[in-house]
Amino acid sequence: MSAKHISTPLTDDVIQSLRAGDRVLISGIVYAARDAAHKRMIELLDKGETLPFDVQGQVIYYVGPTPAKPGQVIGSAGPTTSGRMDKYAPKLLDLGLKGMIGKGYRNQEVKESIVKNQAIYFASVGGSGALLAKAIKTQEIVAYEDLGPEAIRKLTVENFPAVVINDSFGNDLYMEGTEKYRQD
Amino acid sequence: MREVHYQEIVEKVADMCQRANYDLGEDVVNAFKNALQTEVSETGKDVLLQLIENAEIAATERVPMCQDTGYAVFIVELGQDCHITGGSLYDAINDGVRKGYGEGYLRNSIVGHPLERVNTGDNTPAVVHVEMVPGDKLTIHMTAKGGGSENMSALKMLKPSDGLQGVKDFILETVKQAGPNACPPIIVGVGIGGTFEKAAYLAKKSLFRPIGERSSRPEIAALEVELMELSNKLGIGPQGMGGRTTALDVKIEIYPCHIASLPVAVNINCHASRHKEVVL
Repeated sequence: MSAKHISTPLTDDVIQSLRAGDRVLISGIVYAARDAAHKRMIELLDKGETLPFDVQGQVIYYVGPTPAKPGQVIGSAGPTTSGRMDKYAPKLLDLGLKGMIGKGYRNQEVKESIVKNQAIYFASVGGSGALLAKAIKTQEIVAYEDLGPEAIRKLTVENFPAVVINDSFGNDLYMEGTEKYRQD
Repeated sequence: MREVHYQEIVEKVADMCQRANYDLGEDVVNAFKNALQTEVSETGKDVLLQLIENAEIAATERVPMCQDTGYAVFIVELGQDCHITGGSLYDAINDGVRKGYGEGYLRNSIVGHPLERVNTGDNTPAVVHVEMVPGDKLTIHMTAKGGGSENMSALKMLKPSDGLQGVKDFILETVKQAGPNACPPIIVGVGIGGTFEKAAYLAKKSLFRPIGERSSRPEIAALEVELMELSNKLGIGPQGMGGRTTALDVKIEIYPCHIASLPVAVNINCHASRHKEVVL
């Protein structure tokens, strides 16, 4: 099964062409943000203020990288558990966020929001941070530098490997994959 | 009385923190390679290949295999005829963690207050368990424990009447619940017996045993193998994307318990099972 090359920002055509289980190689801009950054972003929205970056059409990568060694673009940068961002994701999807990269289950509300907003959820391989960092070509801190590894970063990625978990049609690879290989 | 100096502990700990994060143990890498032979899911095989490549990059380039460089957890076996000079053991370990994580470009993942959540900036404090043992040696076991898998751990106070079946059901239910979140293929650490906190400690301690090393008790060794097989029938597979490799190993430690109790703790480890030890 070969991987599909896709670019960000994600268009509806691309999103509709993808199905749970598809392997993709993502190129373009993705934004790194995890727990504390999400908390702050939602607090801004609750106060009626604007986000530090426009999420419209964008992809957020749930990652908190290690510090870069001299000469490196970024340290190790694999996905963190997405479920911790479930509380915040539907609001961002309603604002036009199109893609999320992480690992692990999403709750029902997020899955429904993915379908409603024609978005998509990818997982990359948790724990392969040394390998995934190689697909990150530039990084720049966009906001919340004080959060250290949890700051929001603008990343340029090239052929970043991921797998579609929840597609815009309501399919879920975690359910289907487990079902397929379960032996009773 | 043999003496071990504070600074010697600092240096060894700093070195262990870095090696734990850069050099995945041979036991784990071999387990990936073995799993590749038995995995039937193409996606699962892909994941395993990526993990093998990732471990190679980390070791060669001296970078962390995972961005979650973990909570530094130590089990120290302190010989009763060994005297630590120059400061406290706990301070020495924390100094070592501070140095190792700082110099090794490892991520600081510890917040100083669980509710206020401000990063301590140096990955301290470590979690340190000390066991007093005969002899004059100081043995330090270290693991860099990832948060994603730690979060999927669980403890249950079963009834004695729940028996072996209750224990098995709880372990498998915990593995199932963990699913993709714990970064499978996982290593399942189990503590059965003791008290509430003893069971949890045993579960953690079991994870320091290399993959493939069975319990010295035949009945527990058999249970480890059985639970590994049952885990691998759940279908979760590498990264939860479906497959036969859900657990690389199951480790069980037991301890006597109260006539009223049957505590069972399950400490889940991600595939990056990082454990190092030094003997001073």
